[in-house]
Amino acid sequence: MSHESITTLLWLAPLPPLLAFAVIALFTNRYRQTSSTIAVLSMVASLVMSFVVFFNVWQMKDLGKKPIGGQIGWLPTGETVLNIGVAVDPLGATFLFMVPLACTLIFIYSVGYMSADPRYTRFFAYLSLFAGSMMGLVVSDNLLTLFIFWELMGFCSYSLIGFFYQKPSAYKAAVKAFMTTRVGDMLLLLGMVYLYAQTGTLNFHDILHNEEVLKGLAAAPAVLGLGISAAGLIAILIFGGTVGKSAQWPLHVWLPDAMEGPTPVSAMIHAATMVSAGIFMLLRFFPLLVASGEHGTAFTLVGLIGAFTAFLGATIAVAQYDIKRVLAFSTISQLGFMVAAVGIGAYVAAAFHLLTHAFFKALLFLASGSVIHGVEHGHHHVSHSGHSSHSSHSSHSSQLGHEGQEGHGGDGHDAPDDHDVHAFDPQDMRNMGGLRNRMPITFVTFLIGGLALAGFPFITAGFWSKDEIFADAYYHGLVKGDGLAALVFVVLVLSALMTAFYTMRQIAMTFLGQPRTEAAAHASESVPSMTFPLIVLAVFALFIGFINIPKDFPVFGALVGDGAYWLKNFIASMLLEKPEPLAFNLIPVLFSIGVALGGLGLGWYVYARNPLQAGQTDPVEKLPVFNFLANRWYWDELYRKIFINPLQTIADNYSRVVDKNVIDRILEGGYALGARVTKGFAEFDRVVITGFSDAVGRFFRGLGDWGRELQTGQVQNYLLSGLIMVIAIVVFFLFLFQ
Amino acid sequence: MDLLNTNLLSVITYLPLVGMLLVLVTPAQQTRLIKWGAIAFSLIPLALSIAAWAGYDRTQGGYQYLESMVWFPQINSVYKVGVDGISLPLVVLTCFLTPLAMIFSLGIEKNPKAYFALFFLLQTTVLGVFIALDLILFFLFYEISLVPMYFLISQWGGVNRRYASFKFILYTMFASLGMLLAIQVIGLASKSFDITYLESALGRPFTGNNQVDYFGWDPTVWKAIAFIAFSIAFALKIPIWPLHTWLPDAHTEAPTGGSMMLAGILLKLGGYGFFRLVMPLFPDVFSQPILPGLSVFGAPFTYGVLLALLAFLSILFGAFAAWGQTDFKRLVAYSSVNHMGFVALGIAAAAAALAPDSTVREIDATIAGSGAVLQMVTHGLSSAAMFALVGVVYERAHTRDLTKYGGLWTIMPIYGAVLIFCAMGSLGLPGLAGFVSEFMVTRGAWSVHTLLTILSMAGLLMTGIYILKAIQKVLHGPLGEEWRHHPLKDMNFAEILGVAPLMGAMLVLGVWPALALNVINVGVQGLLR
Repeated sequence: MSHESITTLLWLAPLPPLLAFAVIALFTNRYRQTSSTIAVLSMVASLVMSFVVFFNVWQMKDLGKKPIGGQIGWLPTGETVLNIGVAVDPLGATFLFMVPLACTLIFIYSVGYMSADPRYTRFFAYLSLFAGSMMGLVVSDNLLTLFIFWELMGFCSYSLIGFFYQKPSAYKAAVKAFMTTRVGDMLLLLGMVYLYAQTGTLNFHDILHNEEVLKGLAAAPAVLGLGISAAGLIAILIFGGTVGKSAQWPLHVWLPDAMEGPTPVSAMIHAATMVSAGIFMLLRFFPLLVASGEHGTAFTLVGLIGAFTAFLGATIAVAQYDIKRVLAFSTISQLGFMVAAVGIGAYVAAAFHLLTHAFFKALLFLASGSVIHGVEHGHHHVSHSGHSSHSSHSSHSSQLGHEGQEGHGGDGHDAPDDHDVHAFDPQDMRNMGGLRNRMPITFVTFLIGGLALAGFPFITAGFWSKDEIFADAYYHGLVKGDGLAALVFVVLVLSALMTAFYTMRQIAMTFLGQPRTEAAAHASESVPSMTFPLIVLAVFALFIGFINIPKDFPVFGALVGDGAYWLKNFIASMLLEKPEPLAFNLIPVLFSIGVALGGLGLGWYVYARNPLQAGQTDPVEKLPVFNFLANRWYWDELYRKIFINPLQTIADNYSRVVDKNVIDRILEGGYALGARVTKGFAEFDRVVITGFSDAVGRFFRGLGDWGRELQTGQVQNYLLSGLIMVIAIVVFFLFLFQ
Repeated sequence: MDLLNTNLLSVITYLPLVGMLLVLVTPAQQTRLIKWGAIAFSLIPLALSIAAWAGYDRTQGGYQYLESMVWFPQINSVYKVGVDGISLPLVVLTCFLTPLAMIFSLGIEKNPKAYFALFFLLQTTVLGVFIALDLILFFLFYEISLVPMYFLISQWGGVNRRYASFKFILYTMFASLGMLLAIQVIGLASKSFDITYLESALGRPFTGNNQVDYFGWDPTVWKAIAFIAFSIAFALKIPIWPLHTWLPDAHTEAPTGGSMMLAGILLKLGGYGFFRLVMPLFPDVFSQPILPGLSVFGAPFTYGVLLALLAFLSILFGAFAAWGQTDFKRLVAYSSVNHMGFVALGIAAAAAALAPDSTVREIDATIAGSGAVLQMVTHGLSSAAMFALVGVVYERAHTRDLTKYGGLWTIMPIYGAVLIFCAMGSLGLPGLAGFVSEFMVTRGAWSVHTLLTILSMAGLLMTGIYILKAIQKVLHGPLGEEWRHHPLKDMNFAEILGVAPLMGAMLVLGVWPALALNVINVGVQGLLR
């Protein structure tokens, strides 16, 4: 296929979902079937175009050096024009594979999952905009359009997290997500304008694959005398965007709350779009990090924040009961793995883990949605047939507020209502148990996803990508003696151990043992439009790891033959300096196998050997740090205390205190003073002004009724404005005829 | 047709006066005819202004559609009008917003005849300011524009209209006094009021032979006085903190259509004044220290830095104030302080390149200046839309108290979608026009006032908070008990008709900003040369 055709496809690829958004919002918003069909078809169209591009470029060895794409002038800036455009390079190509595939599956899943929701069409409109924005972000060849789509995704996530806008918890989560990521976005915006001011362009290839520009950035000192290079400061500012979007500490707090949205949205946010976009951009700017210095401030910061976040997320996930919340914190933790990998220079490993994670995390979220759906149905079944001692069905419709009366609630019961603590919570794992028999497809696919997340050796994708990170960290840290990498290795190994543990805990609590509630006992398997995406994703969660098997890995290296290190060979051309291939080292592999099996085994020992009985306390509650972990290290409370509350206080009082009581007082004082000074002219004023306003009055009366109204009660005002006019005229003449 | 070819700008400007006369001769009881007739009539200047836009020669730039004739020979004042890339977008904006603001005035019941007549008068005077190329003419239109606005607020405003309209006219007239003085001094120094002449190297006041030394004061003192007088007048109009306190009162009390014009256009007179007069007439003053030797962080504390500082404070405090409001309209009013702060920041950055010995790169200044002009246009669109939408819900609920709404999206789905769209435009969501201008100002100001630009991002961050607060308080949450029993009607056709063009313009300029920037860029380049 010619480069021109590929470029055309790149321009077109994001359009169908974007158009679907417009069409659904403007025209078909009353037709449910039509709207969801339009959305799914648009996504499939996008998928087809993306795949055509991908399978045309996936074997090009020097695509990184010569990305395919095109540009147009967008922003006139003096004599020059800022171009925007589309391009496909190896990193983008891999995303052109993953993003539309995951999105399409999520769309199909949503058709079933959202079928009972009264705002079904609105959901698909937002989802289309979301997917279209992510596609636009992937094909962008410059930071400006990347930022535009980045922010559009922020808006979509805001809208979808707050989809059940009548629920306070939902709109609060939406605002929290928008504002927290906006903190990062402001840093990113600054990084972008700095980069633009410094280089005169925002095109990725022109900046990041250009030794001269990178050297220039590394040589220039940063603004404000910060003592680092411009490259370093720009990299840090841009990394700020990643911290927000990819939920890294200290801006991680929005992601767990983001599950207030319908479950397909969680899959979108946690896998295919939002959080991936943050890492995607960080990977794009990897050459800038390199230019800022191998052991520079930027790299160190990225590595430390990533490692800390990986640890933080993993510890919190251990102590959660909400099935989606466990996954949310595991996302934070896994993103920390990727960021930490970037921080120690493991570019390919980070990209690899991002890809595998997208598949297995989408799978886990959709499967958890299926679980919730099933338990919900069980609950309905129970309360309709009067089995249950819960009398909570009425509370269910009250959650939906007004619209609950219009249509069946659907996903409205997705999250617990925080006003009614006695309501049945279909997301609480303590209410589950024994679901493997009731929901076999969901069970098997969830198990596959879980094992991939835990890094179960050899047969799951998560193992290969996590192992790649360990290999890099081990090599740089313990072989080469880089302190940061060594620290990252230790922290990530610990985090991976916890990951395997909480994953087993989750699987056991959800699927094993006996049902702990009537609802779980009556749960039913989901419809095929929901299980089909699960099966497809499960296949990828198992096998996508084979795109980057190390060449000299025993058995498997030989098995894949020439396919070994496909990903590494493909995307390494993104970098000016090809990363040196690491020699096979058994030690990190043993660690990797050890922590996965160790964590799973521990989880098995605690939760699966003797599954929890109804009413039995979870063993993790015996941990002395349980409350600390269950309350997420109290970050939210801390932020509320040190940021939100003080700012709110300022905002609530500013206009009264400063504007009214200071500025206006001063001006009123000046006005009173002026009035006193001009008192001397009183006689003159009175004569002139009376005459003036009379004349005005006569004039307006002549025009009609309204003239009279202008006069009523306005005398003082007239006097004063007239007074000023007179002074003005006096000054005028004094100057003119001096 | 010849009149159109040679006097296009005057025709555009005075056509509304014809409209005003037509309104005045229509019998007062024919309210439908007056209202819809006025709207229909206001489309004529709009069409002509678009024609002027299309006909503007971008490759040549500079002032075009010039008209000049003897007007007031005794004081060397001529009737001279023309537009360049800076004023033309504002002319189009004015003609674009007028019919829309009139649509949102359809609900006016009290004396619609007078209302619409004043509206036309307002349009003429504002257009007059944008096209005037003579200082006296400029001042005349500038001052007269206050009169219709004053009456619109004081006669058709809310409960507190007396106080608000009085404060409005007192503030602005007070500020104009200094400007009048400055205009006189300039006229005496350069012996001309012709702006094109005053902008030229030969005619620039307080340079070369164009000096004054009244009272034996040093000529630079007079120059400083004139500069400060102009700056205060325009800063108050923008408005820049701390001269902004008239704005929330005036905006909040004005009728919906009046607020749209006030926020959409009248504030732009301030920014425009900086571009048209302060920057070209006093190019070097921005780079001069306020007091000799005064420096902050090792850099001289110049007038430009002061302006940037106040711009930052406007952005920050505007956001804080908007966030703290419980009155929907007041929240939107304060958002103007926040947004117009970016106009001021862009001006401060662009002006830094004007001094002959400036080290600021022209590209930075051009981007900042273009961004500021574009921000005036985009804020005109988004603030007008927001005020319109406040009006829509106020008309139905009879309250502006944010705590009284809640959950309205359920019963007003179209309104909800439109409000979210426009609020996002105001927030500066990329894809809509506000983002482009804020990006450009930030980009341009970064190289000039780095620290203040960084700090301003804190204000931009909080823009998000108050916008989301407004959306949440109005639309989200459970439907209020009161609205359950008295359901509010969704937007009607006329209201959609009134706001749809604003939404369309925000989207078009957000996706394809070159449409406006092709012209603006030429204008700003001409200014900086």
